[in-house]
Amino acid sequence: MATRRFSCLLSRSLSASLLHSLGKNSSKWGNVNRFSTAAAVDELVTPQVPITYTKHMINGQFVDAASGKTFPTYDPRTGEVIAQIAEGDAEDINRAVSAARKAFDEGPWPKMTAYERCKIILRFADLVEKHSDEIAALETWNSGKTYEQCANSELPLFVRLFHYYAGWADKIHGLTVPADGNYHVETLHEPIGVAGQIIPWNFPLIMFAWKVGPALATGNTVILKTAEQTPLTALYVAKLFHEAGLPPGVLNIVSGYGPTAGAALASHMDVDKLAFTGSTETGKIVLELAAKSNLKPVTLELGGKSPFIVCEDADVDQAVELAHFALFFNQGQCCCAGSRTFVHERIYDEFLEKSKARALKRVVGDPFKKGVEQGPQIDVEQFQKVLRYIKSGIESNATLECGGDRIGSKGFFVQPTVFSNVQDDMLIAKDEIFGPVQSILKFKDIEEVIRRSNATRYGLAAGVFTKNVHTANTLMRALRVGTVWINCFDVFDAAIPFGGYKMSGIGREKGIYSLNNYLQVKAVVSPLKNPAWL
Amino acid sequence: MAFSLRISRLISRSFSSTSLLSRGGSGYLGSGHCKYSTAAATEEEPIKPSVQVEHTQLLIDGKFVDAASGKTFPTLDPRTGEVIANVAEGKSEDVDRAVAAARKAFDHGPWPKMTAYERQRILLRIADLVEKHNDEIAALETWDNGKPYEQSSKIEIPMLVRLIRYYAGWADKIHGLTVPADGPYHVQTLHEPIGVAGQIIPWNFPLLMFGWKVGPALACGNTIVIKTAEQTPLSALYVAQLFHEAGLPPGVLNVVSGFGPTAGAALASHMEVDKLAFTGSTDTGKVVLELAAKSNLKPVTLELGGKSPFIVCEDADVDQAVELAHFALFFNQGQCCCAGSRTFVHESVYDEFVEKAKARALKRVVGDPFKGGIEQGPQIDSEQFEKILRYIRSGVENGATLETGGDRLGNKGFYIQPTVFSNVKDGMPIAKEEIFGPVQTILKFKDLGEVVQRANNSRYGLAAGIFTQNIDTANSLTRALRVGTVWTNCFDTFDAAIPFGGYKMSGQGREKGEYSLKNYLQVKAVVTSLKNPAWL
Repeated sequence: MATRRFSCLLSRSLSASLLHSLGKNSSKWGNVNRFSTAAAVDELVTPQVPITYTKHMINGQFVDAASGKTFPTYDPRTGEVIAQIAEGDAEDINRAVSAARKAFDEGPWPKMTAYERCKIILRFADLVEKHSDEIAALETWNSGKTYEQCANSELPLFVRLFHYYAGWADKIHGLTVPADGNYHVETLHEPIGVAGQIIPWNFPLIMFAWKVGPALATGNTVILKTAEQTPLTALYVAKLFHEAGLPPGVLNIVSGYGPTAGAALASHMDVDKLAFTGSTETGKIVLELAAKSNLKPVTLELGGKSPFIVCEDADVDQAVELAHFALFFNQGQCCCAGSRTFVHERIYDEFLEKSKARALKRVVGDPFKKGVEQGPQIDVEQFQKVLRYIKSGIESNATLECGGDRIGSKGFFVQPTVFSNVQDDMLIAKDEIFGPVQSILKFKDIEEVIRRSNATRYGLAAGVFTKNVHTANTLMRALRVGTVWINCFDVFDAAIPFGGYKMSGIGREKGIYSLNNYLQVKAVVSPLKNPAWL
Repeated sequence: MAFSLRISRLISRSFSSTSLLSRGGSGYLGSGHCKYSTAAATEEEPIKPSVQVEHTQLLIDGKFVDAASGKTFPTLDPRTGEVIANVAEGKSEDVDRAVAAARKAFDHGPWPKMTAYERQRILLRIADLVEKHNDEIAALETWDNGKPYEQSSKIEIPMLVRLIRYYAGWADKIHGLTVPADGPYHVQTLHEPIGVAGQIIPWNFPLLMFGWKVGPALACGNTIVIKTAEQTPLSALYVAQLFHEAGLPPGVLNVVSGFGPTAGAALASHMEVDKLAFTGSTDTGKVVLELAAKSNLKPVTLELGGKSPFIVCEDADVDQAVELAHFALFFNQGQCCCAGSRTFVHESVYDEFVEKAKARALKRVVGDPFKGGIEQGPQIDSEQFEKILRYIRSGVENGATLETGGDRLGNKGFYIQPTVFSNVKDGMPIAKEEIFGPVQTILKFKDLGEVVQRANNSRYGLAAGIFTQNIDTANSLTRALRVGTVWTNCFDTFDAAIPFGGYKMSGQGREKGEYSLKNYLQVKAVVTSLKNPAWL
């Protein structure tokens, strides 16, 4: 029951998060520093993993960029270079697409039985599980997220996602359809072809799995462009995929930047499908490139400004812990972060005080150290953007309850920051900050909080904290968002669809819904002579 | 049952019904009409339609209103090019008004807050009312569009009724899922209406496209702003009035007449429109998608162009294949996005096929679409008419063999001779581009591997026809062709339950059938923590 284990770690049912929080309060974490001191970043743990793969994976081989160029990838703890990575541009994308095209058009991938595809994906999941600790170390080194989160939550979830999609491979059913006359009608659900996929840096491996899992299970071939901040782990697991028996050309990985490699993939005339996760602004560009080139269908998972609504009947301690987790998880670098904490006026003051206390207790430090809750932000650009938003919050007269600055003088650590008295029209209440900055807003009644929650261009997710079933049912339907978590947050099972309303995206990933993204529907109609039934 | 069988037989033309129709056309029924080789049909006075044009304004918030600008535009009779009526010309201000009405009807209005059963009852009443007014609506459709009245009244309006009844039945069957979780959670998905749907429809099947768009949107609880084609605004206004008579609340269905670059672009760019569905050309589809991307990222369904192969294998009964290929191309004056516009014929039957295809085209009955027995009316307008004639010239200049036709018919309106080209090569524009007219292009092939490769060598992927008696051939082609619909030994079977849409640059998404519902639904995952679950 590995699945149970990561589910309770990652998704934090209330009891699990409380336990976690209790743990941190004990003396056990005496060697780690709270955010108010910067000692944690003085002595860094050296990761126990070599960097073996830095080139593109094209047609089953690691190859240099056509241009011979490389770019540096960094350790967010220090801003220092970890390795030089082959830098893909349009020519590398062309090579990768032609490999994927050949593997799709001539096979063997879509011409294999679904059961054979299923077995290769299962073998891959087993291999990843075997190498879980090395991969987790690589992920932490490159992204700055805590090693415990990588090793105990994300890698097991990655394995779980591939087990999930392996099980779908042989369950792609079409329909037979009742006709209005003497016809036999059926639908075939066919692989769509060559899928281009562009993933972000905040969950490099989980996003890999959300994209690659359904595409391969449904018989497609893939070109995946990783984020320039986090190229390492995808290359490592792609190697394992080939060891597991994946034929060459089925999964190609190109490292590089959005305006070069990403744009080439989005504009490519031989790519049949595009899936993108990232910011709303970039998502709009990606969709335009698809529209201007060959009208490839596009799935988009974009930004959010998700409300977390604490109703008046809430147990305040539990609500504080869950709201804290909803925002600060993964250094606040979640598209679905609960970044507008709406609290009912009756419990607002108590909630505020306890949220501040909880943030002050947040353990920030070297993500390789045990017990650390928060590592550095991903890079200097994000780090400065987060600090700019904090300044904007102060300037627009929100109350800075705690935090507000960087930690230490090295790397990209930011203090867990809490603002109260936030008004709806402040930038910190409207824009995606993507950092450890909690904005607390006060509300009076349910109708009002529904209206304010929905008054955003985003619609990714929402948290609802209440014991009242009527309140929960009302909010569940009224909120214009793709996921509603009630008395929980960030529950990310493989079977739960995820995606946005409004400008948070188009389409759903995970679950049965994700398969549509990678299938074409073909209707087949033949006349019937003397049918026994219609 | 009789009803559905009847329209299915008429519209989808299993082979036996096509040959019936063909015999009718060449028999005594056709004697009162002119074959295309004479122009007499178009020299007679056009028949006066037995219907009044009552509605020419925009329908916004349940009321007929003038355009904000006060402007109108003329809609023409394709038989003569003369003005039928002046119609209110919607522009961005009118689209704003319509969206505001739809927004209110969605956010506050009764529509999504009604029970699904109540929505279903209204849709069923609409279907009954449309059926009752079948002949007037059909006459209006033929007058504005030029398609044969027999086709409008016996096929298309009954099909609209059938579509509305189909979607009425879906209204109370929109199920979400409960989902197994990996821990102590209760997980469910809600399939919610997406909100305000913008819909832009073409002129070739004005009411069927109206049915494909409006049916699923309303069944799923959305509200609508639909922009009709500037060539054919009349029938949608008539039918929309019936929707309101049947009890549809104001603001739920708003109809704006107007042009693409003004009204259409305003709808596609609108920040308060949650969903867009477009049927039309690939070039316009790209513009529509860009406008959606640049504004609020509304999801877009596209049904676009095609250059669909019709493959006649060597084992084909040539007479049947000729008739079906003729129908696949010439139906609706060749103005079908899924027209079988590349007729691939195996070399062993090619010569016989060409001769008989030519003979069949020569027998095609062209004339005033209001007359009984007419198979082909005028093209929609002078722009399309000129474009088709240009393609015919291009075919001649490229060295394709003009077997028959090739010119206009008469000197009034937009009639074109049924035209057949043989010896067509893959590289010619008439073999690559969508002509959207009565021009059949016949190509020769040697073996299946070759015809698969040539059939797929197109930016389009809308549909394909296969004519063979061999089950292995049919099965191979069915999987190999990269198209959204494969018709085997039939063509243009358009039941409500059969999904329709394109691979590649022929579109995104599927309309009709169960698949069409997801275009108008958002999926919301709802996760609740469980205490002491009895099972997981």
